[in-house]
Order: sequence, then structure tokens, then C-alpha cells
Amino acid sequence: MFNYTLRRLLFTIPTLLFISLVIFLLLDLAPNDPTGNLPLTIPPEVRAMIRTNLGLDQPVWWRYILWLRQFFVYEPLNLIEQMFHITIGDGHRLRILSYATRSPVVDLIVERMPQTLWVVGMSYVVGIMIALPIGVISAYKQYSWFDQTGTFVSMIGFSVPTFFTGVLLIVIFSVMVPSDSFFWFPSIYDTTLKVTDLASFGKQVRQMVMPVFVLALYNAAQISRFMRASMLDNLNQDYVRTARAKGLSEQVVVLVHVLRNSLIPVVTVIALGIPQVFGGAIITEQVFKVNGLGQLLIIGIQGADIPLVQTLTFIFAVLIVLFNLVADVLYGILDPRILYD
Amino acid sequence: MTLKSILLGAAAAVALAPMAQAGRGDSGHANIIYWQAASIMNPYLSGGTKDIDASSMVIEPLAHYDENGAMVPTLVTEIPTVANGGVSADLTSITWKLKPGLKWSDGSAVTANDVVFTANYCMDPSGGCQQLAKFADVTNVEALDDLTVKISYGKPKPFPYGPFVGSTTPVIQAKQFADCMGTKAPTCTDANFKPIGTGPFEVTEFRANDTISLKANPNYRDPAKPAFATLTFKGGGDAAAAARSVLETGEFDYAWNLQIAPEILAQMESKGKGKIVAGFGPLVERIMVNLTDPNPKWGDERSTVKHPHPFLSDINVRKALSMAIDRKTLVEVGYGKAGQVTCNVLPSPAIYNSTANDGCKVQDIAGANALLEKAGWKLGSDGVRAKDGVRLSLVYQTSTNAVRQDFQAIIKDWWRQIGVATELKNIDAAVFFGGDQSSPDTFQKLFADVEMYANNFDGTDPEAYMGSWKCSQIPSPSNAWLGANMPRYCNADYDKLVAEMSGTADLNKRADLAKAMNDMLMQDYAIIPLVWRGNVAARANSLAGVKLNVWDSDLWNVADWSRK
Amino acid sequence: MTDLNTNPIGEIERITVSENPRSQWWDVWAQFKTHKGAVLGMTFFVLIILLVLIGPYIWTLAPDRPDLLARNKGPSMGHPLGTDQLGRDSLAQMLAGGRISLAVGVVAMTLSLVVGSLVGVLAGYFKRLDGMLMRFTDLFLALPLLPLLLVIIMLFRDTLRAAFGLEAGIFILIVFVIGITSWMQTARIVRGDVLALKEQEFVLAARSIGTPPWRMIMRHILPNVMSPIMVSATLGIANAIITESALSFLGLGFPSDFPTWGRLLFDSTNFMTLSPERVIWPGLAISLTVLSVNYMGDGLRDALDPRIRGR
Repeated sequence: MFNYTLRRLLFTIPTLLFISLVIFLLLDLAPNDPTGNLPLTIPPEVRAMIRTNLGLDQPVWWRYILWLRQFFVYEPLNLIEQMFHITIGDGHRLRILSYATRSPVVDLIVERMPQTLWVVGMSYVVGIMIALPIGVISAYKQYSWFDQTGTFVSMIGFSVPTFFTGVLLIVIFSVMVPSDSFFWFPSIYDTTLKVTDLASFGKQVRQMVMPVFVLALYNAAQISRFMRASMLDNLNQDYVRTARAKGLSEQVVVLVHVLRNSLIPVVTVIALGIPQVFGGAIITEQVFKVNGLGQLLIIGIQGADIPLVQTLTFIFAVLIVLFNLVADVLYGILDPRILYD
Repeated sequence: MTLKSILLGAAAAVALAPMAQAGRGDSGHANIIYWQAASIMNPYLSGGTKDIDASSMVIEPLAHYDENGAMVPTLVTEIPTVANGGVSADLTSITWKLKPGLKWSDGSAVTANDVVFTANYCMDPSGGCQQLAKFADVTNVEALDDLTVKISYGKPKPFPYGPFVGSTTPVIQAKQFADCMGTKAPTCTDANFKPIGTGPFEVTEFRANDTISLKANPNYRDPAKPAFATLTFKGGGDAAAAARSVLETGEFDYAWNLQIAPEILAQMESKGKGKIVAGFGPLVERIMVNLTDPNPKWGDERSTVKHPHPFLSDINVRKALSMAIDRKTLVEVGYGKAGQVTCNVLPSPAIYNSTANDGCKVQDIAGANALLEKAGWKLGSDGVRAKDGVRLSLVYQTSTNAVRQDFQAIIKDWWRQIGVATELKNIDAAVFFGGDQSSPDTFQKLFADVEMYANNFDGTDPEAYMGSWKCSQIPSPSNAWLGANMPRYCNADYDKLVAEMSGTADLNKRADLAKAMNDMLMQDYAIIPLVWRGNVAARANSLAGVKLNVWDSDLWNVADWSRK
Repeated sequence: MTDLNTNPIGEIERITVSENPRSQWWDVWAQFKTHKGAVLGMTFFVLIILLVLIGPYIWTLAPDRPDLLARNKGPSMGHPLGTDQLGRDSLAQMLAGGRISLAVGVVAMTLSLVVGSLVGVLAGYFKRLDGMLMRFTDLFLALPLLPLLLVIIMLFRDTLRAAFGLEAGIFILIVFVIGITSWMQTARIVRGDVLALKEQEFVLAARSIGTPPWRMIMRHILPNVMSPIMVSATLGIANAIITESALSFLGLGFPSDFPTWGRLLFDSTNFMTLSPERVIWPGLAISLTVLSVNYMGDGLRDALDPRIRGR
């Protein structure tokens, strides 16, 4: 297992390099342009100059190498400098700058981490906590009213997109409910809110309720379906019959034997979903004005902000590859039958 | 803000403005929402409206346009003209005089050197300044003394108010930006995010593409203003959500640029929490008719003047397309209060508005049919007119936007009624307006028969704007598709009028010339104007002092805003 | 319904009928029929398909014909489901939109399932392919979707349009785009299941009697990874319908005069308080379709599971 992990880790380096190249070429090929969102009153000659100034007249391979150097050498060095308050070399290195904000991309990402982790991360945790018990009970009592209701709700939750549920919640809880009521929730997320005492914590919770609910519903719908399917598969296995025949209590059979085995594929689904947490939730962030990583990415894409999008997607790629590895390793641990070596 | 400054401010307010009722910071906190978030506070590095508006609260130009389009002095004592000697008789220089005693928000004095520095900052060729067009023909900017700046032009400028008039070209502090010239401009993140300015507010926290927190500038020149002590400028979401947050939930005080269906806006307004305000600039939603052939068979010569359009080169077809449109309905469906019927591409300022083309205000489908019939376009069995094997079937492209797609659907139906088949195409705005050389879908390439978008010009002078339809402005592969003459309109008489205007100083004569150019474009049906669009914003009932300004930043008078 | 499966009468019936030689698929069908939810789901699904196929011939109002005098109207005799902001008939739009949405949903889902299952099974079964295929999956998971779409559409839209015509060209493009950007999760999950299955005794037994790989996969592996595939199918169809609406919203999908369910839902979201009924129809249509596919998937999974079938 250890060897396998090590080998996989080594193999991720060329994989990630290749992925970064593909992403870069893709972004370069894409037909949108950083001057596309500027007002039409800016004449074409000035636009051409802006492009030159951004370095877009350089050949693709050169810009790619520059980005590699910035990402793998300059940014880590800068991070070390900041952490230990020292200066390496002359301390002047061109960091990866976003086209639109002209500020270091890494700083932008760090600035947006908190709201994304709070909202999207929390919704994922809540989603899993709802989904697992629902999936288990639904499968154990297959076709009971609980199962039917669960199926119905989760299918609605999955098939009605978040742009709709989000607006619906806002119309109900921000518009229809009077603003002095306990059930009124803000429709706009305040990213500058600092949690210092109980009152500001309460505010933070209130502004998280609606976006977390919308996303959790969506996540729970998906995971509970996989959980239920996996449980159903296992409940009919011979080992369950053996365990029951051995006289084990139903609780032990279901919660120890069946659940453990059923969790194997579900763990993959959950692990694979984690990078998406960091990716933010583009639509939900947009609806509630959370302005996290998802919104940063979409603004970058719309504005053809290549350094921003490249860096952000590459970080996602790293997370995806790593979490896939984690899922595989977990798999091997949870299911001793699987041999990788 | 410190107690001392409040006291000083209050004392000064009493001394200088005995009429003023409210003092600085009395109104507490205000919330502004822009559904496009501001990414930077330096208009020279980002020409986006959201960025200009946000920065206009902090850094100011020498003069502003007011809500009627008239110039008003901001940092100067008066607007220079030939009459008061501020503009030289040969129209090659303009001299501005700063108000004495102006201070930056850090307490240092504003001098003419700051203005000179700003000009050099933008005119540095390696800086990628996005407002460079404003400095066109400027040869020299010099400080005659601490309070006097002279801007010289290489040729006579009938309208010398390009640089430092309007929020697109504010004055920045020389000290703060000293190390940010040329290629170093983008590296000055702190200065770009928190510029030191003369405006009513200063930035306390800047979160790019998200939220800006501001507080009242303690050194603002009017000690009684601004009324708000702090202000939040939030970005993100969409127009409908922004409108909702002001009109329905009441969380915000001001929402910008609300281009949403008029019936939805009206319903939101009926909740009674806020008001909708609208103002009209020169923005016109129009259809550009491609006079050249976009057929892919021409390869590199596609949509170039080498190949005239198979049927749109017939003026009768173009005219019929325009006659079939009911502009009143378009206004009603798409813009409501924020739109007006227009038959001109230059409807504003009022002095330039021609009345020669008003016939288009009434839809005439029967007339259009008769015109096409007479011109030999016969109705085929499929309901589409044709002549000599050429079918009146066109591709109609625009950017992705709910109102534009509604317009496409309605206009397609009207054109169907005159025997013209239409295929609709909508393209993501970043691609459509992006001008990427490799993309076939840009509005300059116009690989379609007609396209729809809106355009206007900065300030109140239309000279450069009307110059867009010169022959030399036609986009083609030889000029890398740069150029604003989308219809590929080329008329020697038109070019002559453009040249004449650039040498005319008298305002009334300039107006006549601009009208003549407008009429020429309209009567040749190279451009089909649809709707004269206004800016729409929403303000909370409790917010006083909002004057929507289409000639300058929405927030141009934020210093006068207060809580009722 | 659990008791239906253990119904002794059903058992006897099955035994008596099984004297005639029958194919495996006949068994599957027999079992499928006993699943009440599945039958209901299938009936409903077929009904929706018939409705959108035949409907436009009965309700002949054109879905893209604006009627400016009847804008934002509620249900009436002339417009049973009301009209939108341009006075277009909502029923006609729902019927026309259903054709496109269902076709896109089903075809894109099938494509994504086929690719996903293929990659998953190959990667799980053949150790040599595993590393390569899974890194390939990582690559697809990591690619930024929107720029990818912009590039694909820029490169292929005009070519496909020239080759297949406007509607078919864009249909192929969209189905392809959705298919190739949504198979990764299925592949990962299927691979995981195959890895576990491979170590089970019956696979070992089958292999020891010399079953060739493709037969192993078709007969032993695939039927056993049916449940995650079925879940993916259910989620995939909803996903495809919604993704299509996001595409048209970005100007990358069907032209704006081709209504689809996802698009209708998106457009009507802002009109939620003005004319609530407009939001309900497309939302309901998508949910019910997904629900019916889900029940069909449940039934099919049970029917394919020999342990349940034999019970």
C-alpha cells in the first residue's frame, strides 16, 4: 500500500504538468478576450495596446513557461518570505497578476477562501450528514413510505436547479417575510463581516442559512441515492445471510457489516466531491452574492483573465488528483480484498 | 473619523455654509450594490463602467458633467472657454486653474504637478492606459504654477475637454503613483486598490470583485459633506437580484444599471420600498446592416468590401426591414420607462437630435411588403421572398442578454410577415465584444447579415463617434478587424462631412454637421436604430440627493447623498 | 412491494412458465413488470414522450410566435398554460421544449454512461490500463468547463451546422459536449466497484474455467455494477437537461427561438412573483421525468440482479 501511494504520488507530477499545459492551451485557444467587457467607447487601437501591455502578443509557449516559473518558483518563494518575514534575493519577483484587478492572483484566492469554505464546505458536510442516514434507512426499508418520500424529495432536490431554488428561497424568506421577523434571512452575503462575538456569530449563521440549505439539498440528493443503491447491493449478499444466521443482532448486521461495505463506493463519491467544494458553487454564490472562489472563477472566465483562470483551475486540478489518490487509498484500507500492488 | 475632525468639520460647516443643515457623517451608513463587482479603483487600468463609478467616489477629475450634460467645475475655479481666455484663440491649448487650498485625503496639498503627473502616467506608451483616447492629440501638459495647468494640442481642437473632464480621467496623486509609471503600473496593487484622492470618500478595505468599504474623507473640501460616514459598495449577482435588494428586501440603498423586464421592475417598485430613476444619454440599441457578403465561400474575403451583399446591398430591402419594426412595442417589451422610440443613431444631446427621419416611428408592414414587391422581390411558396434565385434569408446575431433575445424573437416575427426568413444567433458578450482574432463570432467580423447591440460615446461631443462610419474605419483583415464601421458603410460625401466637423468650432454649425451625418446614415439604412436607451437605477425611499447622470458616473454627486 | 417479490404465487407462476426455454431478457422483463414503481415510471415516461411527439400536431400554435396583445397572461381557453412575456404560448413551448430536452437528456446521458462505464470497467478490470485511463479521467475532471465549451463551439459549430443543418448540427454538438464532460464520475465509481468485484470468488471461479475477458465483463462484471450505473443514469438525465439550459443561457446552446425545459425554467425564474404558473410547468416536467427515470432505473436494477430475481 505504501509503495503504491508513493508510486502514485510520483506519477502525479507529470500528470499535473500535462494537465496544466492542456489548460493553458485551452484558455489561449478560447475566443473570449480580456478587453471584451470594456465599454465600446474605448477605441480598437487602445484595445490592441492593452492586449500588448498584458503580454498577449508573446508566443504561447513563452507565456506558459513564464507562468510555470511564477507558479512553481516565485509564488512559493514569496509565501516563504511572508511566513518568515525574510527577503530572499532582491525580493522583487513578478508574481502572477490577474488581468482585471492587476493584483496577485494568489492573494485574491486567499481572500475568498473563508466564504467558500464556510458556505460550500458547510453545505457539503450538512449534505453528507443528511444523506447517509437517509440512504441507509431508505435501503433497509426499501419501498416503505420513508423510502418513497426520500426518493421523491431527493429527486426534486436534484432536478430543480439551484438558480431556481435560490431565488425561490429569497422571494419567500427575504421578500415575503417581514424584515423584523425571526424567519427573515438576508439575501446578500456580507463577506466583510467579522465574527468577534455572539451577535456577529448569529449574523454569520443567518446569512449562511439559505445558501447552505440550497446546496446541501442538492448534495444530499446525490449522495443519498448512491448510499441507498450501495446498501441495497450489500443487503442481498451472502455474508449478510451468514451474519444473520450466526445470530448477530440486526443492528450489528446492518450498521457494522453492511454499512461498512456499502460505504466503500460512497466514500469515492464523497472524496471526489471535495475538490468541488474548493471550486465553489458558481450559481449559488452568484444568487446569494457570496463572492467566493466560484464567482472568482466565473468572473475570470468571462473576462478572459488567463492568469487567474489558469492558476485557479490548476489548483483545482491538484486537489482533484490528490483526492482521487486519497479515494483510492481509502478504498484499499476499507476493502482489504483490493490489492493494488 | 476622529472626534477632532468631526468637531473641526462641524465648526467649518458653521463658518462656511451657514445654510447647511446636515453635517459630515450625520447620515451614518449607506449600501450601494453594483451587480458587476468593481475590480480596481484606477480607471486608467480598467475602463469598465463599474470600476470608473467606484473610483469616482474617491478620485475626481478637474470638471464633471452634471445630470444635464453641462460641464461643472470640480477641482477648478471655472470651465475654461475661448471667451474667458482659458482656451487659446487658435484652439490649440487649454489652461485650467485649480481651486486654492485643495487637499488629498492624506492631508497633503493638491498641486498642478499632480495633474501633469496624471497626464504623463496615462500617456506613457508602455503603461497600457485604457483612457488613452481621451488624451488624443495632446502634445504637452505643463504646470505654469502650483495651481495652473496648460494642456497643448498638436492641432486645433474645437472640443478641448478630453482629458480631466468626467470620471474616466480623474487626477491621481503624484506621490502615491510615482513608482507606478509605464510597465510598473500593474504592480502597484496597493495604490490601484486604495488610491489617495480628493473625493468625498476614501477606501478602508478593498476586496477585488467583491466589496469595497469606504469612509468619509476627513480632508474633503466641503466640510459639511459627505453626509454618510461610511459606505459599502457591494458587487456580484445579477440585475434582478440587485433591484430586489433595494426595492423588495430593502437591504441596499442604491442599485445600478437595472436592465430587466419592465413589468418585473414595475412590480418590484410597487412594494413601495424604493423608487426607480431613469436618465437618457446617447445610448442607442441598433441593428447594423452588413453591406458586404458574409458567405463563408469567400474565405478570407468574407464580410469585406470586395463582395457586396447579395440582397442587403439593395436599399429597398434595408428600408423594408426598418419599416417592418414597431419601435413602440420594442420599448414597451424591453425597456419600459428606460427606453424611448428613436429614428436616429444620435438622439442626444438634444441639440444634435434630427427630426428628419421620424417616419420610422410608425410600423408599416403593408408598405414594406409593397416596397419589396415593387423592387422585384417576389413571395415564394415557402413564404420567403426571392429574386433571381436569391432568397431573403438572413442570420441575425447579437450578444446574450434576455432583452436582446426577446427583441430577436419579436423582430424575427415581423420580418416573417414581410417575407424575410431569419435565423437567430446569440453569442456570449465576452466573445462578441471581445475582438479575439481567432474567433469568428466578434461584432467586428460580422460574419452574419445583421447584428444588434447598443453603443454610445463618452461626454457630450459626438465628433469621434460620428467619425466611426468613415470608409477608413471599416474592419477588415488588413487592419486586424479593428475599426467601428460595422455596416462597412463607405460614402465620400460622409467622409467630407467628418473632415469638415473636425475643423469647425462653432457649436451650432457642429450640430448641423452631426445631424447631416446622422440623416445620411439613416436614409441609407446602413444602421437601423431601435430604441433610445436610458440608464435605470433604483434608490431606497430613505436615500435623498440621487441625481442620475448619464454623462458621467452614477455616483458623481455621492457627496450630496444623505438619509432622509 | 417487497412482499410482491416473495409472493409464493408469483414463484409458482414462474416455475410453471420456466418449462419453456426463455432468454435471460425475458426473465428480466418478467421481474421488471412486478415492480410497481418501475411500471408506473415507465408508463409515465412513455406518456411524456408521446405527448411531446404527438402534442405539437394537436396543439398547433407555433411556440416562437409572439402575440404582443397577450403578454404575461394566466391560463385561459386560448392558452391553457398561459403566455410568456412576449405572448408566446406556454403549452406550445412546453411541448416543443420537451422534444429537445428529452432528446438531449436521454442521448447525452446514454453517451456519458457508455463512455463512463467503458472507461470504468476497462480501468478496473485491466490493471495495465488503470493508471493511464484514470489520469485521463483526472484531466477531464480538471478542465475548466466553460472555456472548453467556448473552444469546442468555436471550432465545430459552423462545420457541424454546414454538415447537418442548423438544428441537427447544434443537437449533435450539445449532446457531445454534455456527454464528454459528465462521464468522469460514473467512470470513477464503476472502476471502484469493478476493483472490488474482481477479487470475489465467483469471478475467480469464472476465470479459472477460462472465460475470456469480454465474456467476463459482459456476463459477470457489468450486471454487478448495474446499481451505480443506474443511479448515474437517473442523475445524468437531470444533469443533461439542466446543463443544456445553462448552455443556452450562455449563448452556447440552441438559438434563443428554440425553447427547452431548462431554458423555460431559467427564463421564468425572474417572473416567479409575477406569474408563478410559468415557473411550475417546466420545473414539474423536469422533476417528473427524472422521477420516472429513477423508478425505471430501480426496477431495472432489481430485475437485473439475479439474486432478487430468483427469490
